[in-house]
Amino acid sequence: MDGLALNTIQESRPQEILRSGHLACPGCGIALGMRMVLRAMGPRVIVVVVPSCVAVTSGPYPHAALGVPAFHSAFEIAAPTAAGISSALKLQGIDDIPVLTFAGDGGTFDIGLQSLSGAAARDDDIIYVCMDNEAYMNTGIQVSSSTPKFAWTGTSPRGNPRRKKQIMEIMAAHRIPYAATISVGFPDDLTMKIKRAAGIRGTRFIHCLCPCAPGWKLPENLAPKVSVAAVETNIFPLYEIINGTDFTITHDSKNLPVETYLSLQGRYRRLTEKEVQEIQRETDRLWSDLRAKAAKGPH
Amino acid sequence: MRSFITGNDAVAEAVRLCRAQFVAAYPITPQTPIYEKLSSWEANGELGGVMMRTESEHSAMAACLSASLTGVRTFTATSSQGLALMHEMLHMASGCRTPVVMVCVNRTLAVPWAFWSDQTDSLSQRDTGWMQIYCEDNQESLDSVIQAFRLAETMLLPCMVVTEANFISHFMEPVDVPSQEEVDAFVPPVSIPRRFDVDNPGYVAAVVSQAQYRDYRRLTQEAMEASLSVIEDIDKEFRESFGRGYGLIDSVQVEDAEIVLVTTATITSTARLVIRQLRDKGHKIGLLKIRVFRPFPTLQLRRILERVPRIAVIERNISLGREGIFCSELKAALANSPERHIIQGYLAGIGGTDVTPDIIEQVVLHALELKEATDGPIWMA
Repeated sequence: MDGLALNTIQESRPQEILRSGHLACPGCGIALGMRMVLRAMGPRVIVVVVPSCVAVTSGPYPHAALGVPAFHSAFEIAAPTAAGISSALKLQGIDDIPVLTFAGDGGTFDIGLQSLSGAAARDDDIIYVCMDNEAYMNTGIQVSSSTPKFAWTGTSPRGNPRRKKQIMEIMAAHRIPYAATISVGFPDDLTMKIKRAAGIRGTRFIHCLCPCAPGWKLPENLAPKVSVAAVETNIFPLYEIINGTDFTITHDSKNLPVETYLSLQGRYRRLTEKEVQEIQRETDRLWSDLRAKAAKGPH
Repeated sequence: MRSFITGNDAVAEAVRLCRAQFVAAYPITPQTPIYEKLSSWEANGELGGVMMRTESEHSAMAACLSASLTGVRTFTATSSQGLALMHEMLHMASGCRTPVVMVCVNRTLAVPWAFWSDQTDSLSQRDTGWMQIYCEDNQESLDSVIQAFRLAETMLLPCMVVTEANFISHFMEPVDVPSQEEVDAFVPPVSIPRRFDVDNPGYVAAVVSQAQYRDYRRLTQEAMEASLSVIEDIDKEFRESFGRGYGLIDSVQVEDAEIVLVTTATITSTARLVIRQLRDKGHKIGLLKIRVFRPFPTLQLRRILERVPRIAVIERNISLGREGIFCSELKAALANSPERHIIQGYLAGIGGTDVTPDIIEQVVLHALELKEATDGPIWMA
């Protein structure tokens, strides 16, 4: 496709926006994701971060891990904060600086969902990247509505009884121009989607699955591998949605059994065989639904 | 131009004349007509700025403060529950030193549900680092909004202009609406820091240490204190330009007064009438209106009230478990005064009930007879 050669050049000599010396834990999926997303965006972007592991990673004063102008806003207002900046820049005739916000799953699925919905309904001109590590990791591993069923957290000590909220369906229902899932295990796919998002106007929603070594009880070197496993088992398929209706799956998965993904993580250590089967059934159903949507072709 | 308009329309006129560039808002009674008026002007191209119709007041303030960080002039309006929902963002706006201007139309907080004037909503935001100006009538509401943009952008502090449900918001009065040229001469084009520069990146609102936090707080407190004289200077200049001025406080016949009635906002205009009547009957009574609540004009109040033996505070709000909030603040302001005062608090108008001339007269006559003040408030029914 167009731009592939350009991507390759960029990949071989990446301009790093996220600086070394950031405050993420060793092996953090969010730090990897932020690094890749910002590399794809380049230096001419304004970033909004909100309380989450993203804000921790960005560093305390006088350190600043983000090499672009950034604002540390409040927990539940990533979207309207970015929208306020974006709108005010246009008032001043500045139309070529995108505003991108990083929020966690708590800030997106839970406390920030209302304000995100408001921005999406207005089609505010922002790129919203949800760095989803599937629990409140910044405060020390508490369950969120993004936590998968049966996963251990400090506030779901016997395993989360509820299934993960389908945030992509919610965002698609707003009929925003672009939504996509990305994974740090698939950097080329990630880069392609961020660049595509950057070329569109309106509300763009990016959902990035971010393995968390302490929260998922992973060895520090496994974030890329577990990210690949999430995609290849269809737990976290890679796809994009244009205008909320046109679905395209961007990676042909190997359809590996979910066990491949679950067994890498301590948070699923106590799963029974029955529970693994339930996860497999649910994963198969969602994957089949997604494939059916993608098979419909463009509207 | 002299127009017969509501207080809400007077506020909207001021916002348009000040060329607010970014307005984010959410509907709530009794503020909504401001939002509607600005929307209609935006639609026909008369506003000059853009509006963001947010899904909540919380997001309205989030958008205003982030827009302000880029260097544009911002405005919002709210009331009651909406202001309470904004609370977290009010701290953010002052912490970021963003000069957002907001009109709060005072309205009762639920529960019980009601729609009438009551100052407890705005006074509950006392400690958020916002300047607060309380308006007596429609003209003062328009004029205070114009002053607020100058003031906020000079001090880099957010400013809340407070009006009242119905008595200002929906009552119509003759109002002098200045010309665009006059307002342009008084409120220059916005010139505040632009915090986001891709060629010189910085990180706004990072996590800080204990000592850094303390130092930022201290800087903001110093700005608040310094703003007292700036408010006076801007008001003086306003008087020279428009022939009207209001001061931090307004006093009437306090020089020889044996008792001074302290008021705020719309109760003041009724009290002006009562004071004249009681003076005619031979009572040595004065009136003192507190217009600016944050920063609190402690010295200015003390200078006027120092030799006044009796002070009656009448107000439309309550800090439950204590008393009227202006009364508490006034007592604190006079605690270091060398003279002893009898200071009695009266609650009148809570829930938007009428504060008639008769009620105000009862308050004054009651306070004149007091040997000792009660610690708690006296409820006027």
